[in-house]
Amino acid sequence: MSIKTTNPLLTVSNVTQDFGTILACKNISFELFPGEVLGVVGESGSGKSTLLNCISGRLQPTVGAIEFETKIHGLKDIYKISEAERRMLMRTDWGFVHQNPKEGLRLDVSAGANLGERLMVLGSRHYAKIREAALDWLNKVEFDSDRIDDAPSTFSGGMQQRLQIARNLITEPRLVFMDEPTGGLDVSVQARLLDLIRGLVRDLSLSVIIVTHDLAVARLLTHKLMVMQKGVVVESGLTDQVLDDPQHPYSQLLVSSILQG
Amino acid sequence: MISDKAPRLKIRFLSKSFNLHHQNETVLDVLDDIHLDVRPGECVCLNGASGTGKSSLLRCIYGNYRASNGDINVHHLGKDINLVSAEPRQILEIRRQTLGYVTQFLRVIPRVPTIDVVAEPLLERGVPFNDARDQSADILQRLNIDEKLWPLAPATFSGGEQQRINIARSFIAAYPIMLLDEPTSALDASNRDEVMGLIQECLEKGSAMLGIFHDEEVRDRVSTRLFNMPIRG
Repeated sequence: MSIKTTNPLLTVSNVTQDFGTILACKNISFELFPGEVLGVVGESGSGKSTLLNCISGRLQPTVGAIEFETKIHGLKDIYKISEAERRMLMRTDWGFVHQNPKEGLRLDVSAGANLGERLMVLGSRHYAKIREAALDWLNKVEFDSDRIDDAPSTFSGGMQQRLQIARNLITEPRLVFMDEPTGGLDVSVQARLLDLIRGLVRDLSLSVIIVTHDLAVARLLTHKLMVMQKGVVVESGLTDQVLDDPQHPYSQLLVSSILQG
Repeated sequence: MISDKAPRLKIRFLSKSFNLHHQNETVLDVLDDIHLDVRPGECVCLNGASGTGKSSLLRCIYGNYRASNGDINVHHLGKDINLVSAEPRQILEIRRQTLGYVTQFLRVIPRVPTIDVVAEPLLERGVPFNDARDQSADILQRLNIDEKLWPLAPATFSGGEQQRINIARSFIAAYPIMLLDEPTSALDASNRDEVMGLIQECLEKGSAMLGIFHDEEVRDRVSTRLFNMPIRG
């Protein structure tokens, strides 16, 4: 792997979102390259979730452009393509991991069906192949094969989260959005999930945008970091640098507030 | 041994200050106008009392600290790249291939087994899993880490064991430029000897090293020259 002069996978330009008089994000621009993991940190109400919704095709920003390097048609503004095209993009090239796995899973059908469904949406019809792929992904996210026919409602929170990740990755997306993926889990489960995500990102060369308020998670998972306060990016750069040598008063406050374990 | 080869690390006019916004806007000047070259086969020892900015200098070079002024040029895959103005992804690529940093403390994901912690820098470079694991086993053996510990996460290990794992993790990748921050501070005599051996082998292969060694025996044996930290003020 050398420094390639490849194009950015995602280019975000001057994104602004207001809800009436409330300005949720203001004038945000960045680029994300293949294989890069970007963290967005800030306290609740800083606008990080609104930003994630805008760039993941779920909320059209008031101003600004989000362009994605599509496999077939090159760079496309995701809000200037048809609704059907955008849905296809979100199902194939993108993934979205919710904080609450229940939002990203179907709890009443089996683990295998949760995974197979994604492939069937893309046109797979060969039952044995779908089941094989589902088993393969269950193993990648550290499930015993014999859980394939169990419904997610019988799983623990950590298992549900691993299943949600598998459901997102089985279609081999190039870009995955994650909203507090380890929030609400026990610390021991968190560590396991962090290691899993790190390995998958490395082995699949995934690009990831992860929103978190946990700076330890950001340090372990992300390559670069954006710090948001009141809808504005106050600082961005290499993750280590932002955390070890924060420049902006707000970043300094965030970093100095971490409890030493 | 004085090397006549082109420097791998070239520092010019480097200064660093911290502006502590929440502590009465205090400004701390830690480095001022540093000029330093490190060539292949050289191990330069940073010399100076505590508080003269030795560790800060290493952190600026690795990119953990943002230089306030000056240039830090690193020879990476045939050309010099200035780390002060490089993009995050360039800095990460340089860390993967060219620039290693042995800190005093190990910082890793809690549950990952020791053998994988050590193999990780090779996996990041795309080395196949089994090769990376084999090399990890070799270096752990060499640093006298009991094989029983390899499948365990290092969080509960002793300070000396953690330090050796940290060293294994850096030396497995044999970086062309290495930064060493007291690599032997928690080691007994025989392990210190092993680490000095690793450093010397890397130097013979042409690595350029810059380090902080408080231990006189280590300093005398591995360093090829001293760099006196300038007195500020």
